[in-house]
Order: sequence, then C-alpha cells, then structure tokens
Amino acid sequence: MSEFALQRIAERFPDAVVQGYSLHGDETLVIERAHLLEVARFCKDDPELDLKLPLSVTCVDFIDEKPRFELVYTLYSITKKHHLRLKVRVPEEDPVVASVISVWRGMDYWERYCWDMYGVRFEGRGPVKRLWMYEEFEGHPLRKDYPLRGRQPLIPEADVQDIYRGPGPGPGSPPASRPNPPRPSQLPVIK
Amino acid sequence: MAENFQAITTRREEAQGFIERMVSRGLGWARKYSLFQYPFVTACCGMEYMSMAGARYDIARFGAEFPRFSPRQADLLMVVGTVNLKQAPILKRVYEQMAEPKWVIAFGVCASSGGFYDNYAVLQGIDKIIPVDVYIPGCPPRPEQVLDGLILLQEKIQAQSHKLIDRHPPEPELVRPAGRDLVSGVNK
Repeated sequence: MSEFALQRIAERFPDAVVQGYSLHGDETLVIERAHLLEVARFCKDDPELDLKLPLSVTCVDFIDEKPRFELVYTLYSITKKHHLRLKVRVPEEDPVVASVISVWRGMDYWERYCWDMYGVRFEGRGPVKRLWMYEEFEGHPLRKDYPLRGRQPLIPEADVQDIYRGPGPGPGSPPASRPNPPRPSQLPVIK
Repeated sequence: MAENFQAITTRREEAQGFIERMVSRGLGWARKYSLFQYPFVTACCGMEYMSMAGARYDIARFGAEFPRFSPRQADLLMVVGTVNLKQAPILKRVYEQMAEPKWVIAFGVCASSGGFYDNYAVLQGIDKIIPVDVYIPGCPPRPEQVLDGLILLQEKIQAQSHKLIDRHPPEPELVRPAGRDLVSGVNK
C-alpha cells in the first residue's frame, strides 16, 4: 500500500492536501478543513482505496499552537487491508468541522465523543449529545486547560474529615488487636 | 465503672434494662447471621465479589447468603467498584430505598476513597453521600479481606442496640376538613 493512497488523493484533490507522509507504515494525510467531507467520500467510494470501515475519530489538543485542535480520523479497508489516517487542524475560536456521518454512519459515536471531551462541534447533522458526561456538566474535560480535579457533583456531598480505623497495622496504629487463633501445632494434645 | 452508678435506678428499671439488653443481643445475633446483600457492582471489583460469593470462598458460610437484586429486600448494601459523579444520585437513591435496619460496606479502594481516580469524573469515596459501616481496602481486595470485613461488620451489628419494635417519631396527624363526611365524601 505505502504511498499509493497518498498519491491518489493528492492527485485528485491538489487543493485539499496540506501534507502527506508515511511513517513506520502509517500513511497520514493532513487536509484542509473545508475539503474534509469530499475527501472522506472519495476515500469510501473509490474502489482502489475502499476505506469502508471507520475506526475512530479522536482529537489532540495542542494548547500552545495556533490552530489548537487536531482531529484524527482513522480508516481501514477490509478488502484491501490497509489503513489511512486523515488529520484536520481546527482553530480554537471556531471549532467547527463538517460531520462525516453522512459518509460513515458509525462515526456518530466518535463525533459525540469529540464534542463531549474536547468541545469540537460538527456541522451537517442533528444536535450532538454528550457521550459520557452528564448533561449538567459544564466544559469539556479533556481540554488541556480544564482543571484535573474540576468535579461538578450532581448531589451535595458531605465533607468527610476522619474515619475510625479498624484493627490491623497501619500508619500510627497499634498492631492487630484481635488475638491470632492458635496454630494446630500449638493446640494441646488430647490423648 | 463509676459513671454507671451516678444515676440512682430502681429495681424495676434495672430489670427492664436487663430484658432489653437480652432482646437486643438476641436480635443482634439474628441480624448479623442473616445479612441479605444488595451488590451495587460497577467495576472490576465485581470479579472479586463473584469469587467471594462463589463456592471457593463462599460468603454463605457467614450467613450473607442471598444477593437480593431489589434494595427493598436487602439490608446490606455492598458498593463494589468505582462510583462516578454521574452515578452518585443512583447510589443515593438505592440507599434510600432500603428498609431499616441497613448497613453499608465499601468494597475496594475506589468505593472507599476514589482510589487512584482523582479526576474530574469520580466520586471521592461513597462516604461523601451515604454513611459507611466498613471500609475494605485493596485493589481489588482479596476474598479473605472481604470476609474479614464481613466479620467486622457482624461484630459491629452484635454490639449495636436493637429493639423489637423500633418506633419512629409519630407522624403528623392527617388534617381532615371540618365539615366533610368522610364516609360519603359529601361536604355538609
């Protein structure tokens, strides 16, 4: 496979491809955000590529770079047995990408995931629900600027200060208070 | 010992206290050997729960025989595994649905303290929302640890005071409208 897919897509969409490389056997294409949908449709419908199985969409948060987010689409062809990876850079001010569920229905789950965890919105589909967090949750927890312990409890919580420590060795506690049962060898011999 | 004799008691009160203590001890004995559990299993500790409930370690030897999958029939809530914030209201509701008397065991470090999931999504110990009787550490705990925790709970139940008729505070009386015949339902 190697660079065949890269060549084919780069010839077909010269405007869309920003960069293409093959590293450690992984073919990767960085494409423009505006051309994502047509490239995706070509990847699926082209008989030579035949990338009919969408594996995942995930997102990378490069917090210091200028187009902050990068969406990574991983595709697989069952008949040709090759992978292809598409990358799209998304700026922070306008985190909107065209939805690809009109091409691959199974990407619905992953687009919900990207919205839930990173706050990237998808256009051209119905409303995106959160996947894992609850609806009352504010913010997107896998963004690098979300606090690690930013918990948003749904019900009031008690502030537990101290608990009684049961028997058993531990920091600052005496050893077990229950006596050990005698070993069989320590039992008195009954004649 | 001395503080026991500060209050002057009559013989009648002593006798009543004696019978109450005997009844309490008997009830405690009965209750500690018939714990019906409700397993609230959310994570990998459930595997250890299964081995503990299975034939090899066999929690049935200690009288905690039946897992009841309705909180209304259970009196021991075993919270097995990580409880995250999305699930915390469900756990609280399950606890509130259980009938008195009821006890709670936190099974494993995640249920006890959140474990190593100190992040945005996980409740830092179920004692933040419900009272817990016994905490069992371990990730997951060995079945011997769980049985040890169960024996601790049994000792605790035996030491508690039980009553034959545990009266709740009287409920407020129903306010009936004055000029209404309750039988016929017709206002006079």
